[in-house]
Amino acid sequence: MAEAARARPVPTPETQHFWEGTRAGELRLQRCDACEHVYFPPRPFCPSCASRKVSVFPATGKATLYSYVINHRPPAPGFTPPYAIAVVELEEGPRMMTNIIDCPQTPEALDLDMRLEVAFQKLDEEITLPLFRPAKG
Amino acid sequence: MRRNQVAVVGAAETTKLGVIPDMSQIQLHADAALNAIADAGLKLSDIDGIATAVETPQQIAHYLGIKPTWADGTSVGGCSFMLHVRHAAAATEAGLCKTVLITHAESGKSMIGKQPRYTPPSSLNGQFEAPFGVYGPPSMFPIPVLRYMKTHGITHEQIAMVAVVQREWAAKNPRATMKDPITVADVLNSRMIAYPFRLLQCCLVTDGGGALILTSADRAKDFPQKPVYILGTGESVETPMVSQMETFNSSRAFRTAGPLAFKEAGITHKDVDHLMIYDAFAHLPLFGLGDLGFMPHEETGKFIADGNTRPGGKLPLNTNGGGLSYMHSGMYGMYALQESVRQMRGIAPAQVPGAKISVCHGVGGMFAASGTIIFTNER
Repeated sequence: MAEAARARPVPTPETQHFWEGTRAGELRLQRCDACEHVYFPPRPFCPSCASRKVSVFPATGKATLYSYVINHRPPAPGFTPPYAIAVVELEEGPRMMTNIIDCPQTPEALDLDMRLEVAFQKLDEEITLPLFRPAKG
Repeated sequence: MRRNQVAVVGAAETTKLGVIPDMSQIQLHADAALNAIADAGLKLSDIDGIATAVETPQQIAHYLGIKPTWADGTSVGGCSFMLHVRHAAAATEAGLCKTVLITHAESGKSMIGKQPRYTPPSSLNGQFEAPFGVYGPPSMFPIPVLRYMKTHGITHEQIAMVAVVQREWAAKNPRATMKDPITVADVLNSRMIAYPFRLLQCCLVTDGGGALILTSADRAKDFPQKPVYILGTGESVETPMVSQMETFNSSRAFRTAGPLAFKEAGITHKDVDHLMIYDAFAHLPLFGLGDLGFMPHEETGKFIADGNTRPGGKLPLNTNGGGLSYMHSGMYGMYALQESVRQMRGIAPAQVPGAKISVCHGVGGMFAASGTIIFTNER
């Protein structure tokens, strides 16, 4: 059965670098040049000190599982329940919402604080989503 | 803001609650407003201030035929009405208006004359949450729960007790949607919605509305109903993205709004006779008890499981049955305010004997916003 497409992000000028990054296989974060605060989601100024001097840099892609739900109903378009909607904490500090792949979508398999690594999933020519899978080794 | 300078002199819900297929959303606003105006013994022409959420002040003013000199369209989710009360009290004290009408209504179940919610795909939510399968509040609001449980040592059974205890209160309320007793086993065996939450840990989806009328405390004594004074208020907003909360162990919006209201009221937690904590989902009363400072978060689950918030307990909480059992049209804050006012008037179906101070705490979005109002019936 053909699945309806999942919600597709539409980049804005301020988030373009992030989506260019995922397309190139990089998880790009921003760091404030003045106070060194690392933040997400993207914006061209520091939400901690208001400096406009910020730099984009590639994150390691390492993360831990901060929290999640396993959605049983109703499913979002493009998803088959049950599926986990997770929030991961990146090694650099910021948290982001994602899905956990290559892992049973069960409370037993999804252990809080488990180590994860980023995995890129191409949606179309423009959009590649940052998902996460259990870390190897 | 100074204490007890503004009072609620009119309060009413829609004539019917639950499933109301014969009224559009704006008519539900009008039904609640007309009931509140009658409750206050006023005429429409007496209203010079209007506040509402989702629908705009101009829509409600025009529909009712009101000519206001003050309007507030603050729309931050289900606690918008707590913020309206705070803003209306300040405006009244500042002399911007004399008699404010606050309305809420939602055709949450029947969806008549209601616009569907929409997340633009270029918004931050649209780019960084929607692609990962969030679909309505049940898939988003419980996301912090597992972290909160792990950090604070809260059990599934303790959170299930939130629903059990509130059903005990609902049984005392003739207008509550769900009144049959339930057990912890019933909750933990109900249909899975979004692990860790099951059906009985998620709010109802109903139709209804409510309205409040506020005026200065000096004028309030001339009204037919017992005045309910505004003793303290607080508000805050954090983030529209649940994933970007500062922490899942607590709500920053709660921690800001709640203590502001307590400080303004000049009361301690021991002074609180009655408490409402907006419960769209079963974890919210735990967050509320901790963030409002009633106890450390580690103790919130045990406090409820031990029966302290049930009928006869030392801290009566969500005495209408809450969003889990009374009603929940989508923006429940107005119904929490209505129950606080009933308790302060002494006319609640599950009246807390001799209650003098009621704390009413609301949430908007998925911990996105918060408003706290502290009422008293003594000036």
